Amino acid sequence: MMLFADPLFGLPSWIDAIIRVLIVVLAMTLVVVYLTYGERKVVARFQQRLGPTRTGPGGLLQGFADALKLVTKEDIRPANADRWVFELAPYATFIPVFLVLVALPFAENWGVRNLALGLFYVFAILGLNIVGILMAGLGSGNKYALLGGVRAAAQMISYEIPLVVSLLCVVMITGAEDGMNGVGTLNLNLIAALQEDRPYIVLQPLAFLIFFTAMLSELHRAPFDIPVAESEIVGGYFVEYSGIRWSMFQLSEYASMWGFSVFGSVVFLGGWAWPFGVDAHWTIQLGTTLVKSLAFIIAIFWVRTTVPRLRIDQLMNFSWKVLLELSFLQLIVNGFILYYEWPQELLALTSAIGAGLLIFLIIRHATTRSTSGLVGTYKTLGTASQ
Amino acid sequence: MSVWPEERLATVDHFNTVDMTINVGPQHPATHGVFRMILTVDGEVVVDCEPYIGYLHRGLEKLTENHDYRQSMGWWDRTDYLAGMACEMAYCMAVEKIGNIEVPERAEYIRVMMVELSRILSHFMFFGAFGADVGSFGTSFIYAWRERERIYDFFEEVAGDRMFPTYFRPGGVQMDLPDNYESRIRWLLGSIRQGLEDFDGLLTGNEIFVERCRNLSPVTQEDAINWGLTGPMLRATGLKWDLRKDEPYSIYPNLKFDIPTGSQGDVFDRFIVRMAEAWQSTLIIEQCLDMLPKGLVLNPDLPKTLRIDEGEAYVRTEGTKGEYGVYALAKGGNKPYRMKLRSPSFCNLSALKKMVVGSYVADAIIILGSLDIVLGEVDK
Repeated sequence: MMLFADPLFGLPSWIDAIIRVLIVVLAMTLVVVYLTYGERKVVARFQQRLGPTRTGPGGLLQGFADALKLVTKEDIRPANADRWVFELAPYATFIPVFLVLVALPFAENWGVRNLALGLFYVFAILGLNIVGILMAGLGSGNKYALLGGVRAAAQMISYEIPLVVSLLCVVMITGAEDGMNGVGTLNLNLIAALQEDRPYIVLQPLAFLIFFTAMLSELHRAPFDIPVAESEIVGGYFVEYSGIRWSMFQLSEYASMWGFSVFGSVVFLGGWAWPFGVDAHWTIQLGTTLVKSLAFIIAIFWVRTTVPRLRIDQLMNFSWKVLLELSFLQLIVNGFILYYEWPQELLALTSAIGAGLLIFLIIRHATTRSTSGLVGTYKTLGTASQ
Repeated sequence: MSVWPEERLATVDHFNTVDMTINVGPQHPATHGVFRMILTVDGEVVVDCEPYIGYLHRGLEKLTENHDYRQSMGWWDRTDYLAGMACEMAYCMAVEKIGNIEVPERAEYIRVMMVELSRILSHFMFFGAFGADVGSFGTSFIYAWRERERIYDFFEEVAGDRMFPTYFRPGGVQMDLPDNYESRIRWLLGSIRQGLEDFDGLLTGNEIFVERCRNLSPVTQEDAINWGLTGPMLRATGLKWDLRKDEPYSIYPNLKFDIPTGSQGDVFDRFIVRMAEAWQSTLIIEQCLDMLPKGLVLNPDLPKTLRIDEGEAYVRTEGTKGEYGVYALAKGGNKPYRMKLRSPSFCNLSALKKMVVGSYVADAIIILGSLDIVLGEVDK
């Protein structure tokens, strides 16, 4: 299996790296521009609206119009802001997100670098993201921004643990694959290639659910958009930013959403390898990755338009009292099954039972606590008050 | 869900924290207009709340004193601007009471239909705005907007204006309904019921929504009475008090409807009571359509300029937010000597501090949302 084969056109390795980085940066910018457009369109359909229609055919140039507007806006710095902290915060948020894209495999030979510890690298780098958000929150000299920054820090630290543990479950399984000799891998490209026959979501639905939930939280998307809650703290940590600096925050938000989606599709949905196999043409592999990441993104939009926001203590409870326990449970069960070399069907079965249990508990919790059906009793004329 | 004061005191002892004041409003997405409150927070917990009102004060009562009885109609539309017709109803009833003016029966039925449509409209705006407060990213708002636009379209057909129809007159209504009114209203009712079903699916059955609203700022019946809460806020505590039933006016005695009540007086009950109330209003409108008599819609004996010699009256109606009362005093001439509005939003808002202190910042926002205030009515 040749992963990330020779440098392009036989160029020296560092020139090859620069070319690949440039391609990824350009692709990312384009993707972000069209993600904002796509989000507005998809959300509009959920809300019985049309979304942008005026700029270009079907509003396709809306993203460029927005970008142009943003760069021409005045860059305002509040008088009581901490100057350097305030001005550097957007870059501190954006750079880690961009660095994550270095390790992602888009197709067998398409990616900047094939890192042996890719999965570890992604999390090490994503952890830095919080620094920029805290800088923005503290440096703005605004109380809403402060609340937003502190909320973001608490939230991202809490949700990183279940996120990492759910990914460890997958890493354990990779060790049991043929030819791995019981040693798991952190190489993202290899993880994708190992899923040639079936994606790991089949074996680990519970880990996937935990990953998706924690991912929403890491991205500050609904229902975990507490740090940017518009109806409470009016945008949170970036409330004082305008123009190009504000657009840096937007860029990093959408870029990290895309990065996470590609990452999730590589780890759980089989990346470029499933269902067309590792020998498929690179265009098919690239298309597979993009379609899978798009599915992730649309799921994120879908959740965003449908559910209300959690409160900060409920958010913490959900992370520390539900997700963390379930992810460790999954880890332990996986350990037993792999140690005694029981069949993989058992792995899928136990995880599916766990996922079913999680969903059942949530639904049962909702129906017993609510008085849903109260409206129903008033749909016809009662006799109580007559 | 109060985490104050015991835990707060412990925090102060150990870490010596400093409270922070946050200014919310008058330009804030969650204050539903130009309301302003200053929250003192200890971390995420509100320890004090100081409301400021008056940003939308237009001198309604003084304006009414200086205008002809019919000219003032437009000012009263603008009190509860989400349900203009309900305000017109109270104003017209007050003028009719001091002037001993008869209202034709057909006009009464039309009035009740319009008031109930306004009630539905106002409640829909509550569902939409409240959903946005809880964090449903505009979806609930747009859902509410669909029904609102359809009702406003009908209002425009009836009265010529959407938000401020100025349709009622002392002694009846301005003109008869359009020819196709029956099919239009029945279609509208179907659409409204579909909208309520949609909200039921979107919000009331949602785990997060229930979790956010259940047991949040429960108000006991005793407190509700002492604080002067009325309308859905009072009924959410379980007290069956609705002026349409308890002090019936207009043609409400002829109609059959239920008064939905909650059980705990928490935010969820306030939401669900309004939901059920909107459904009951559709039933009221259906009955009005079936019973609508033929005849005049405006008392033909009224002079061109309405002059009332002597009279004093306090009329109270069940407005969309609670008891909407109008005190009128006439001492001759074509203008009232004094007009006073008892607005339900203002009285309900006065209990805000007691409900908010001790809750989280995020909850303070949705408690404010659950009061369903309209600033035009608060500031008059």
